[in-house]
Amino acid sequence: MTLSLNSLVGTIGSLLAKAVEPIFVALQRLLGIKRLPWVFLLPNLAAVVLFSLLPVFINVYYSISGSDRLYPTERPVIGLDNFEALARCQNFLDPSTCSQDLFWRALQNTVVFVPVQVVLMVLVSLLTAVVLNRDIRARGFFRGVFFFPVMLSPVVVALVWKWILQREGILNAAFNGMGLQSVEWLVRPDSAFSWAIAVTVWANMGFYTLILLAGLQAIPRDVYEAAKMDSASPWRQFTRITLPLLRPTMLVVVVLAVIRSVQTFDELYVLTGGGPGSATTLIIQYIYERGFAAQPRNFGLAAAASLVVGLVLLVLTILQMRLSRKSYNG
Amino acid sequence: MAETTLSRPGSISAFLGARRGRRRLDWTDWLSYGYLFLGVLIMFGPVAWVVLSSLKSPTALTEFPPTMLPYATETVRVEGFDTPLELYTVTLPDGTTKQMAQIRRIGLQAQMVDPENPEERISVPLADRTPERAIAPAWNNYTDLFAPNSGRNMTLYAGNSLFITIVATVITLIINAMAAFALSKYRFKGRDGALMAILATLMIPSTVVLVPVFMIVASMGLVGNLWGVILPSVATPTGVFLLRQYMLTIPDELIEAARMDHASEWRIFWRIVLPLSAPALAVVAIFSVMSRWNDFLLPLVMLNRPDTFTLQLALNSFQGENVVQYHYLLAMTVLTALPVALMFVVLQRYIASGIASTGIK
Amino acid sequence: MTIKTALLGAVAAAPILAMAGAAQAQDVVSLRYMCTSDVGGCEIWGELLEGFHEANPGIRVAIESVAARAITDTLPLQLEAGNDAPDLANSIDLGGLNPYYLDLSPYIDVADFEQNFGQTLPWLRGSNQDDKGVYGFQLYFTVNGGFVNSTLFEQAGIELPGSDASWEDWAEASRKVAEATGVQFPMAMDRSGHRFASMAISYGAELVDAAGQPVIDDGLRAASQQIIDWNKDGTMPYELWGGTGGTVGTNMIDDFKNANIVFYYGGSWYLGQLERDVGDAFDWAVVDQPCGVAACTGMPGGNAVVALKTTKHPEEVAKVIEYMASDEVLEEFLARTQSLPAKQSLIDKGVEYGDVSESTAGALQKFNEQLPKITEAAYRFQGYRFQRAMMNGIVQRIGQAINGELSLDQALERIREETETAITAAAR
Repeated sequence: MTLSLNSLVGTIGSLLAKAVEPIFVALQRLLGIKRLPWVFLLPNLAAVVLFSLLPVFINVYYSISGSDRLYPTERPVIGLDNFEALARCQNFLDPSTCSQDLFWRALQNTVVFVPVQVVLMVLVSLLTAVVLNRDIRARGFFRGVFFFPVMLSPVVVALVWKWILQREGILNAAFNGMGLQSVEWLVRPDSAFSWAIAVTVWANMGFYTLILLAGLQAIPRDVYEAAKMDSASPWRQFTRITLPLLRPTMLVVVVLAVIRSVQTFDELYVLTGGGPGSATTLIIQYIYERGFAAQPRNFGLAAAASLVVGLVLLVLTILQMRLSRKSYNG
Repeated sequence: MAETTLSRPGSISAFLGARRGRRRLDWTDWLSYGYLFLGVLIMFGPVAWVVLSSLKSPTALTEFPPTMLPYATETVRVEGFDTPLELYTVTLPDGTTKQMAQIRRIGLQAQMVDPENPEERISVPLADRTPERAIAPAWNNYTDLFAPNSGRNMTLYAGNSLFITIVATVITLIINAMAAFALSKYRFKGRDGALMAILATLMIPSTVVLVPVFMIVASMGLVGNLWGVILPSVATPTGVFLLRQYMLTIPDELIEAARMDHASEWRIFWRIVLPLSAPALAVVAIFSVMSRWNDFLLPLVMLNRPDTFTLQLALNSFQGENVVQYHYLLAMTVLTALPVALMFVVLQRYIASGIASTGIK
Repeated sequence: MTIKTALLGAVAAAPILAMAGAAQAQDVVSLRYMCTSDVGGCEIWGELLEGFHEANPGIRVAIESVAARAITDTLPLQLEAGNDAPDLANSIDLGGLNPYYLDLSPYIDVADFEQNFGQTLPWLRGSNQDDKGVYGFQLYFTVNGGFVNSTLFEQAGIELPGSDASWEDWAEASRKVAEATGVQFPMAMDRSGHRFASMAISYGAELVDAAGQPVIDDGLRAASQQIIDWNKDGTMPYELWGGTGGTVGTNMIDDFKNANIVFYYGGSWYLGQLERDVGDAFDWAVVDQPCGVAACTGMPGGNAVVALKTTKHPEEVAKVIEYMASDEVLEEFLARTQSLPAKQSLIDKGVEYGDVSESTAGALQKFNEQLPKITEAAYRFQGYRFQRAMMNGIVQRIGQAINGELSLDQALERIREETETAITAAAR
């Protein structure tokens, strides 16, 4: 399979390459080998600057400017008004007293959603990885089973579960069959939130299972042999040997899961639309709605909220890079 | 892979000396297989239910409680009526049952006629009749999606998704590989700075710069254009990183030798480095295809005209309509998930190894 | 090799095809008309515009059928971004999109439009009283109204409330009928600020004052409290107003069509659906407007066809609009979609609706009767430039109050705040 992919790239490439080669040769003659790398680097770097780095600075400008116009040239600077509006709260624990109550509600939801979802996800992934690590038949198949939902798009995931959880869906049919009453799963705030967690765990745990499985399989066998010599019980082996050796991978998984969890939007937007009320509205949805769906759109607030989220993610990503370097080396 | 003692803690035969052939399963094994089969049910079950539901007719879909398999009520032609009437088994007041056809339903009563005696019509309460059913998958749910005037332009949406996925992946591969080549096989001033700049974008997820990116794309005149979705995420930092790591392992002697033969740098890139990086390119390609096909937020923001919708946007739009046509929605959901599911079945090994290496990089 | 060639061909061909498409379009003026699919009118426009295409071979109108939500949520963004907007569209937020409208006065017969659409042209002018521009025309009128499943009333043996029955009377009767017949939901109202406004105004709310500022008064408070109470005690289905998120407008008309709801407050645009889908499963009727302490009114509504400033072909757009507004074409559209006329000449003449069921014919007559009885407050709210902001606020905040996320006072305060924010943002 690699071969055909390779030759596919090669075919497209060779046509382009033939066309592009004279340009590069000329540039090479002009700039010399020392400067040529910049030519190779340029397209990617340009895209990075234009679509990632520059927008951060533009975001800062959006957050300190007002009006509902889109182009920055038409927006007057209003200083820190947007941040002030976000932060204006009588009681930080009760979003309804805040000037931007939806922001705080979304923040609150995210602050509850992320730890619960990540802990659940990591536990389920760890358990699955441990089971998969055993000597079982058709390991590849089972591994694929858990990974399958990861391949589905968030929209498909949400629609699948929406279909199951609706008032006349199969879950309620099963409940009725067992003599229980139908439950409005996605309509009551608490159960909607719980299902939001459950559905996203369902959709993503296979990804982390794979990473943990690789981590488990990297633990050398002789460590266990030594423990067996000391007739340690399986549980002790797990807690004294497996877990400590797995810790670096676990930390990487936790941080990756948190980063991804904070950015949850697609599945929940289609599953509940952020409802009921604002019970399943997370921070990215707040940003999206403020900037693209609300009447009137408030790009300034959206940008201000984006910067807050960006800062949190920045800290987390640095943490992840430090940890992964550590696990790679030690 | 050799058995580890960890995996059979309770097995007595390990201590007594291994038997040739298959060992006996102990309770932890049963527990493990139980967990795995439960996993199959939970992971595949919901999707399987959607596939089954997608084969039901609209009337069958409104039934509650739903049936497992797609059923349709049998029909029969009765003299004096233009259209075929649905067939039911009716319990008459005197306790006997009879097969009758339904003319129409009014509130809680149904007007029924005896197919053999078209003159005989009686009014029957809804509760006293059960339909005659047969398994009838509604394949037209799928075929209608591709019909020209259905209002569901499946081929168009699939085409848009395909265009974005393929073009974006190709561009991503090319420019990521070029950048990785420059960053791995050369030493030049500013190299580390450029590398830092590219990796810094790992910390800037697209959700956080949504508004400025929209404005930039708008000022390029590409809002509502598929290119407006393709361009913003072509410079993937993980792609560059993965490719660079891989290219670092390509021995420099190969390149030096090629230079001695007066090969241009471009030729070295295309003829030597790129083919040798095939495994890493494959991983980047697979991830790019997966993420582009499933992409939702960026297209949601950039594409507003229905004829530019991707499959994901079309799905979202149809489920938000005032009157949702579930039979079409479900069929479309299955079709949208199908390519990725197929790719998964075929390429599972590569995907798994790719992810494993991302986690422990 | 074949797969590779095919893919390669697709990638290479796409830009070529795009260019070819663009080249072809240069001889003909291509216009884009963004049409709301809800009333089912877009297919009909497809047919009706054939006549226009025959008469004007140099102009081609492409119809984009979108959900109403696309027009309210994303059209403003497209207009703001500037490069992807259609040439003409169905406007739902009549006054709100005023900054983006194209004044057609130089290209059309202004006097004729003033005479026929004089009542509704101000709606398109937003809050600017001095604006005399003609931006399009009101396609049809809609009226909010209550639909009742009379078969269920019959089977429960309960009499339909009379013509001056109040909202509470209808709730009470529906509850009794639901209990007697085992129906799941007694009463429901579209999750829409527009529908709610009818009830609020009947309860005495002013909603917007003459100066264009939002008003939070006892009438609005009483109506909101009523909806919250009904959602909590099961009179209304919780999932509709309480269980949905954000500012999304949804409905449960499907449940009414399945005889799951006794009394449904929606509007005249449901006639087409009911005609088609209910058939003879049960008898239904439109009832007189439920009363509140102040009035027994509905809200007027309806889409307008407007020309957008971003168009590159104003003259051609004007031609299309004149064609669409002509008596013959417009009458056929109204008849086929069972809509109420907004053009004076057609109101005077009366629209021939053709072969419709008894229920539908009765409903159309009922709605026509109710149109002149709509109060002035309702008309003013409909023409309010910031109506959308206020209605979004109503839907979202009352939904939150039902959920207990906000108290009623906080919800009302937020509604006012959000409307005021919209006013200041537009002024900047």
